[in-house]
Amino acid sequence: MDISRLRNFSIIAHIDHGKSTLADRLLEYTGTLSDREKQNQFLDKMDLERERGITIKAQTVRLKYRADDGKDYILNLIDTPGHVDFTYEVSRSLAACEGGLLVVDASQGVEAQTLANVYLALDINLEVFPVLNKIDLPAAEPERVIQEIEEIIGIDAHDAVLASAKEGIGTHEILEEIIKKIPPPKGDSQAPLKALLFDSWYDQYQGVIILVRLFDGILKKGDKIQLMATNSSFEALKVGVFAPVMVEVPQLTAGEVGFVIAGIKDVADAKVGDTVTLLHRQCEKPLEGFKEVQPMVFSGLYPIDTVQYEQLRDALAKLKLNDSSFSFEPETSVALGFGFRCGFLGLLHMEIIQERLEREFGLDLITTAPTVVYRVHRVTGEVLTIESANQLPELHHVDYLEEPFILAHIHVPNDFVGGVLSLCEDKRGIQREIKYLTPTRVMIIYELPLNEIVLDFYDRLKSITKGYASLDYEHLDYRRSELVRMNVMINGDIVDALSLIIHREKAYFRGRDLVAKMKELIPRQMFEVAIQAAIGNKIIARETVKAMRKDVLAKCYGGDITRKRKLLEKQKEGKKRMKNVGNVELPQEAFLAILKVD
Amino acid sequence: MDLFYLFRLKLQSIMFTRLYLHIPFCQRKCDYCSFVSMQANQHSIEDYVVTLLEEMRLVRATYGAGDGIDSIYFGGGTPSQLSPHQIARLLEQSSLLFKWKARPEITLEANPGTVDAQRLADFHAAGINRLSLGVQSFDNQLLSRLGRIHTEQQVVNTVSAARMAGFDNLGIDLIHSLPGQTLDMWRSDLARALQCETDHISIYGLTIEEGTPFALRYTEESPLLADEDLSAAMFETADTLLTAAGYEHYEIANYARHGFRSRHNSGYWKRDGYLGLGIAAHSLLRDETCDVRFSTTSDLDEYTTAINGGILPHHDTISLSREEAMAEFMYLGLRLKEGIEFREFESNFGCSPLKIYAATFDLLSRAGLLTVDKTSIKLTLRGMLLSNQVFSRFLP
Repeated sequence: MDISRLRNFSIIAHIDHGKSTLADRLLEYTGTLSDREKQNQFLDKMDLERERGITIKAQTVRLKYRADDGKDYILNLIDTPGHVDFTYEVSRSLAACEGGLLVVDASQGVEAQTLANVYLALDINLEVFPVLNKIDLPAAEPERVIQEIEEIIGIDAHDAVLASAKEGIGTHEILEEIIKKIPPPKGDSQAPLKALLFDSWYDQYQGVIILVRLFDGILKKGDKIQLMATNSSFEALKVGVFAPVMVEVPQLTAGEVGFVIAGIKDVADAKVGDTVTLLHRQCEKPLEGFKEVQPMVFSGLYPIDTVQYEQLRDALAKLKLNDSSFSFEPETSVALGFGFRCGFLGLLHMEIIQERLEREFGLDLITTAPTVVYRVHRVTGEVLTIESANQLPELHHVDYLEEPFILAHIHVPNDFVGGVLSLCEDKRGIQREIKYLTPTRVMIIYELPLNEIVLDFYDRLKSITKGYASLDYEHLDYRRSELVRMNVMINGDIVDALSLIIHREKAYFRGRDLVAKMKELIPRQMFEVAIQAAIGNKIIARETVKAMRKDVLAKCYGGDITRKRKLLEKQKEGKKRMKNVGNVELPQEAFLAILKVD
Repeated sequence: MDLFYLFRLKLQSIMFTRLYLHIPFCQRKCDYCSFVSMQANQHSIEDYVVTLLEEMRLVRATYGAGDGIDSIYFGGGTPSQLSPHQIARLLEQSSLLFKWKARPEITLEANPGTVDAQRLADFHAAGINRLSLGVQSFDNQLLSRLGRIHTEQQVVNTVSAARMAGFDNLGIDLIHSLPGQTLDMWRSDLARALQCETDHISIYGLTIEEGTPFALRYTEESPLLADEDLSAAMFETADTLLTAAGYEHYEIANYARHGFRSRHNSGYWKRDGYLGLGIAAHSLLRDETCDVRFSTTSDLDEYTTAINGGILPHHDTISLSREEAMAEFMYLGLRLKEGIEFREFESNFGCSPLKIYAATFDLLSRAGLLTVDKTSIKLTLRGMLLSNQVFSRFLP
């Protein structure tokens, strides 16, 4: 293939702005997707993705297009995951492209998530051109949105394509713009192979499938390849492209995008951002930008029914096959028994994994409140990292603690600025900047401790701004902080699964709100239940769930024992969904009560 | 009827000693009631009685003559809508088809205000020897809120009319935790009940059942509904006042003067075999090897068509496993004041409940819900109040 006839591009869009529908239209228009294969939103494969309207795993697809100039082109659409937790993956997918379509909802305008990704694209000098989607809606305001794009992002938008992916408006224009505006890739196919690994996943029949973008050289079936970051080598058993189904090709050359199957057993060996070269003819140096992704948020996952432990372990192992950014290790809790401490990139990642475990694997789980990774400086000078309050050493061994900070970009209509600022202040934020992007749209930039974000920041932000705010963040650094461990005691016994690391100044209020919320969540039982929050030996809050007083059935009608039995069975089923801690039955939600305090 | 169970139960040895007849007719359905009942005219009531008579013959042919009938219960609905003559025909038929013990207890549920002295005397003459009056409350305002059609004065009149008619075994039902009812109002209801000097008093807390007008009117948060603490206080007040007045709190929801326990209802708790006749009636049939529960269809048309075609329209037939039977033995037996004699459990199941339920007994007695001695266990007063908590722990 003539390299000048190649185009590699991504679609950059906020959730709900119509990225997947547009991708479908492009596939249809170019005849890539036959009717038989047609399925709404081809690129989002998993049910969960479809439900949430977001892309978790990136897909990529090759389109053949005969342009108005009469020439045939090959367009590689490289999809990007759409959430703040996956910024690194997004940046690698973008690095595989020369350009991007900036898709903006013609009524909603530019959102923070879009901005973050556009900046990622502009940083690596991608050619970005705007597409206004949903132009058919009565609320569409193309003029205003065009002005907004120019003011906020600073790219020329006067000739933005007006489109409606839903109605199929503007598809042809978009394809033509791709040819005209996005430059063809550059690369030397004679040079040693240098390819970017920008996605990988596990397939149960073929092992790990990796997606690569070739910058230099040629990759053929049978080549011995070397992954430079992990320093491991494999044989390329299959080389091909997605069109949109997998098709083998004799070779991939510089500028092209495709897949490689190389008998890799573990996705951890196929790290996103790694450079693929030939074992016996290696490129001089790897591509820039490779990072090891580290889980940032941790929580404990425990089966409610202890017999599901093995099932949970197998399920976690299966998910891990496809997701090297997720980690798990066995953990034991006095209160919850055997379970796992799991690490996630962020909160969405955590939710997705939990939902998949419950839905796809039929598990009933208790999740403990999410926590971040703290650094503990011992008096001996030794530094250790902990990802659970229970790993915190005895206080007299601790010199000081450090917690991770992030830089948050919050994008809101100006009506909500006051509310967002007080939320950020309340969350121990340090203001960096308030930018009026337009007279009505504001970018608020704060340094915030991640530990406050993982608790309930996002939910509160959404409720303060009636859902209009969007949040994007990047990790900054670790900072010394006055942190303490807060324990929760149920009838005098510490429930380890409820322990938290928390800022000293916040502890009293948090503790009080937490026990109050737990009082609401714990049903009355045969015994009185005392809920206490404590720091060290000092009780900072207490609530009591009074003992149940009455639980008796009404009239037994005409000897209808079956009706009575069914009621009792229902009650027994309800108890099964509770976790026994000592004599107290705690519902699942009680373990996440800290997320529900206002 | 499921043939499978017919084969399992040995016809000759099926045990039942109690008959229940469901009369599903009411002048007006009460707003809290979720039981099967409907409005009817005299004509359709007579059709129903004819079908009941036919069902009795079918039941006799299918399950035999029983083990000596010790009680018959006309429940509803409002069974006092039957005429004394219809009652007499049903009783006569049953005495011909089934073996009766000497002087079985024969109860009729009746609503105050629907029966006068003459009609009561006729019921008595027809063979009814126990009357159960659905009083519910003596407070006219609460009564109208319940959608009841009688007044306090009618209750008083009906009670004295029943005595005059010769009923020497008379019971009333009361409901507490009614919308808007205070503890004082409940005390005064209890005081009025005691003035009636009946032999038996049943006491229930109101529950809001799905699909009733009450469920629409009173949501869980309704400020008019009694909370758990008030409801518990009402239960305890009833225990205190009625026990002091000489009634025995012999079952969670029932009080009786000495010698006036309901034999029929006690039979449910002791798991005597009983046969239910009429729509939506429930049955327990037993022989040496198995216990079978089933219910009759609650659809009147289905019922009539089936019976006229010689078929018993029985549904939800289950043969209890040994574990289920043991659980029932526990959670039904514990409803009674005497609780459960270990010996009796052993003679039924060949093993000691102390072995099977040791941990449960321990937990529940430490929580103050059960008392365990050498020969028996029983509920405490608090255990009665929290009986669901106790019972659900015995389920297999």
